[in-house]
Amino acid sequence: MRPFTYQRPATAGAAVAAVRERPGAVYLGGGTNLVDLMRLGVATPEALIDVSRLAGAGVQETPEGGLLIGGAVRNGDLAAHPLVRRRYPVLAEALLSGGSGQIRNMATVAGNLLQRTRCSYFQDVTKPCNKREPGTGCPARDGDHRNLAILGHSEECVATHPSDLAVALTALAAVVRVEGPGGPREVPMPGLHRLPGHDPSRDTRLEPGELITAVEVPALPFAARSVYRKVRDRASFSFAVVSAAVALDVADGTVRDCRVALGAVAHAPWRAWEAERVLRGAPATGDTFTAAALAELDQAVPLPRNAYKVPLARNLLVRVLTDLTDLAAPEAR
Amino acid sequence: MTVTRPRHLGVPVERVDGLAKVTGEARYAYENAPASPVYAVPVQATVARGEVTRVDVDTVLTWPGVIAAMWYANAPRLATGEDSELAVLQSRRVAYRGQYVAAVIATTYEQAREAARTLHVEYNAEPHDVELRPGHPGLYRPGRVNPGLPSDTVAGDPEAALDSAPVVVDETYRTPAEHHNPMEPHASVALWDGDGLTVYDSTQGAGASRDRLASLFGIPPAQVRVVSPYVGGGFGSKLAPHPHVVLAVLAAKQVGRPVKVAVTRHEMFSVTGYRTPTIQRVRLGAEPDGRLIAITHDVIEQTSTLGEFAEQAAAATRVMYAAPHRSTSHRLVRLDVPTPTWMRAPGEAPGMFALESAMDELAIACGVDPVELRVRNEPAADPESGLPFSSRNLVACLREGARRFGWQGRDPRPGVRRSGRFLVGTGVASSTYPVIRRRSRATALAEPGGVYTVRVAAAEIGTGARTVLTQIAADTLGAPLEAVRVEVGDSALPLGAIAGGSMGTASWGTAVVRACEALNRELAARDGAVPPSGVEASADTADEVKAQEKYARHAFGAQFAEVAVDVDTGETRVPRMLGVFAAGRVLNPRTARSQFIGGMTMGLSMALLEESVLDTEFGDYLNNDLAQYHIAACADVRDIDAVWVDEEDPHLNPMGSKGIGEIGIVGAAAAIANAVHHATGVRVRDLPIRLDKLIR
Repeated sequence: MRPFTYQRPATAGAAVAAVRERPGAVYLGGGTNLVDLMRLGVATPEALIDVSRLAGAGVQETPEGGLLIGGAVRNGDLAAHPLVRRRYPVLAEALLSGGSGQIRNMATVAGNLLQRTRCSYFQDVTKPCNKREPGTGCPARDGDHRNLAILGHSEECVATHPSDLAVALTALAAVVRVEGPGGPREVPMPGLHRLPGHDPSRDTRLEPGELITAVEVPALPFAARSVYRKVRDRASFSFAVVSAAVALDVADGTVRDCRVALGAVAHAPWRAWEAERVLRGAPATGDTFTAAALAELDQAVPLPRNAYKVPLARNLLVRVLTDLTDLAAPEAR
Repeated sequence: MTVTRPRHLGVPVERVDGLAKVTGEARYAYENAPASPVYAVPVQATVARGEVTRVDVDTVLTWPGVIAAMWYANAPRLATGEDSELAVLQSRRVAYRGQYVAAVIATTYEQAREAARTLHVEYNAEPHDVELRPGHPGLYRPGRVNPGLPSDTVAGDPEAALDSAPVVVDETYRTPAEHHNPMEPHASVALWDGDGLTVYDSTQGAGASRDRLASLFGIPPAQVRVVSPYVGGGFGSKLAPHPHVVLAVLAAKQVGRPVKVAVTRHEMFSVTGYRTPTIQRVRLGAEPDGRLIAITHDVIEQTSTLGEFAEQAAAATRVMYAAPHRSTSHRLVRLDVPTPTWMRAPGEAPGMFALESAMDELAIACGVDPVELRVRNEPAADPESGLPFSSRNLVACLREGARRFGWQGRDPRPGVRRSGRFLVGTGVASSTYPVIRRRSRATALAEPGGVYTVRVAAAEIGTGARTVLTQIAADTLGAPLEAVRVEVGDSALPLGAIAGGSMGTASWGTAVVRACEALNRELAARDGAVPPSGVEASADTADEVKAQEKYARHAFGAQFAEVAVDVDTGETRVPRMLGVFAAGRVLNPRTARSQFIGGMTMGLSMALLEESVLDTEFGDYLNNDLAQYHIAACADVRDIDAVWVDEEDPHLNPMGSKGIGEIGIVGAAAAIANAVHHATGVRVRDLPIRLDKLIR
């Protein structure tokens, strides 16, 4: 392993300064992805600036009835938080579906959002990869892409974003608070992660040196009825093949409002705007749900070996919407 | 015949080394720390075929801590001129991607690893061929298949019989390449002392490893010692030495210091062996009532340009069912890939997936219950050799399993049972594994105070060998367990068979019994008097094993699985799995159960998850870590149980046991695939059964 230095600044401001002053410095959260990438030689930082123990926001209620979550909050702690469990089951379920107990105890919220794709070409420094080494090519296109993107990919990159948490936060329209060399700013989700286009080397819209200090989840009363459903090959401890984060507000058999996001289908967590457009105001029936799913997946451009993800995503969306409607039924009566 | 007073055999004795393992006292290969060791880290080829033209040794030699960098041009020469997987750094040729082409030796592991990562290697790359496919022009008939069986067999006229059979099943089944992935990665620590060599290794056969190293380095076996008291799983990947062992020894020779080599999980996907992919055509011809007229099983598999490993995938088909007309064949093709090797139940595991899936298809074609179909085709004697079976209780296993599993009254219609959003189904398959016993030696030492030490170069790979051998010795000696210490895992001990082919307990156990009996006689002759120096006796089972009566010896079993397939997502889960086995006398129900359900779990994993994904452009297996190569997790394994039927077989060994390390994986994948068909109506003939094959 290449030698690197390690620092643990006391404040977010000091951390930002440390990264700005030191070329090749990166932030370290729980290290559950970065340390792997360092072992693989994919990441070769000169300095690690440990932000995993910064005294941040913790988990607190906002005056508007939402939640403010510190960037260094551990995934396991956030999943267990009573307010998260009560108000945003989709968030708790997404967190609990990720990694293992040990990994969730290490992983931080900010780090989870900034983890890299698990595309096997990206993780192997002996092979070309436009994300890792711009301009070298994308062998996944003709190679193994069984679990790569069906939406929003480009000639240059067909990677998917692996986070479960980010999918739930995308559905909830969370806002990421950032500090950086240019001062504090807010980045909405979706919008933090970007599609690959001609520059797959950049996963997000963060500027160099910017640090996620907190994530604000706005109040969304109907998210009390929400679900994260993760389809995967192995029953636990594996990345999604397709996942869906859905919150549904149904009254009198009609969809009043909804939030839908898909995971493991694109370079970014995928807010299903088209599906939502079809759903809002429509009768909460199987036909509507199928129409919504098809409207969203109409944009899909599957690759030869991941075409199954299209019917899978369709079935999953219909299933989750149906389940949420059934949940709502007793109250509607 | 031995008269023992069984007190410990048949009892669920706890592992004698359990405490040492859970407290960390048990020392595994890499934990051995000779004085001032240095570290070697290999550089792996980034082309699948070609030649190494240049290695920039000089640059890394200026790096901190770097002691040496070795490649073909400057590595010590091995004594043998052989061109095998073990001829490490002996040629410029690259035979597969990931092959060791250089290594860096440094004072710390981190220094060596960083230097190896950046070492500049130049190649003349050549076009490679890595894909096993039907009709490959390079397919050839191997001389023998593992472990020395004929490649092809034929009896009667199967082609004519198939032409005229009232019912025919003719299907092709595929299994992917699979990697063993034991928990403990391979590791070696090598020390030279003059012409003497000691290697701390993680091996399933210290003696075999010693002999191979002696021949590679041109020294007498007596000058080589391989020490391996604890092994964190092997599954066949540690049966024979792999390149890292040779690398450790070469490096130690080069720098004159002890060298440690730790194989990474990534490297294990190219340099420590794997199970060949298989393409298997099975044809069954039957009467309308399911009675078989013809069975043919034709297999194609891969091997490398460096060596031949011919997996006996059709071998189990030779003994399973009666049919007058039958044939089997194996064809290999040499590809630019690493050499495949033994992996838990080589032959039987992939082969029985094919045969037992085909039997399920035949049951459906004939409208006969799948349990009944197998019972109807029970042979009176070994269909291949005509020899009587020493014991064969497949039917008892099928019947007992059907009773316990609630098979009676099963509705055979596929795709009609729903439980919420799941399609539910059940499946059955037979299991089998041959009974093998090889020559072993052992010594038994009595010391004053009623203390015994039994020595045999067995391997404890997590199976419980040390525990069972302690039970065997204690019962033969008539001593309490606590009075017996068994030493294993060292080539300096009396040589034993390898821990492979489910032959360990039978082979070592026979030698332990005979050594303890000899000691009993010695002690009796002395009226039990034990001098301070102790009394020792030894045994060598060469003659006993050779004089074995002619029987067909096999263990059998039946596996039952229930699956639930999500109608929306195609996710398959296995809520229930039962294995019933007839494997002679079960010597330790606790460790035996662990072997059976461990094998079944590996079979579940094979059925649903495991696949090494080949990249044809680069020529390697892509999913080279445990995040990408999926092995069943606890959540995948729900209600799993293994039981056994009593089997008294006097033709086996003094313990009356059959090997149990491998039979659990055999048939498990077919039982699950058959259950998936019953649940969904979809017949998946290529493993693993992943959701993309079931999604609609």
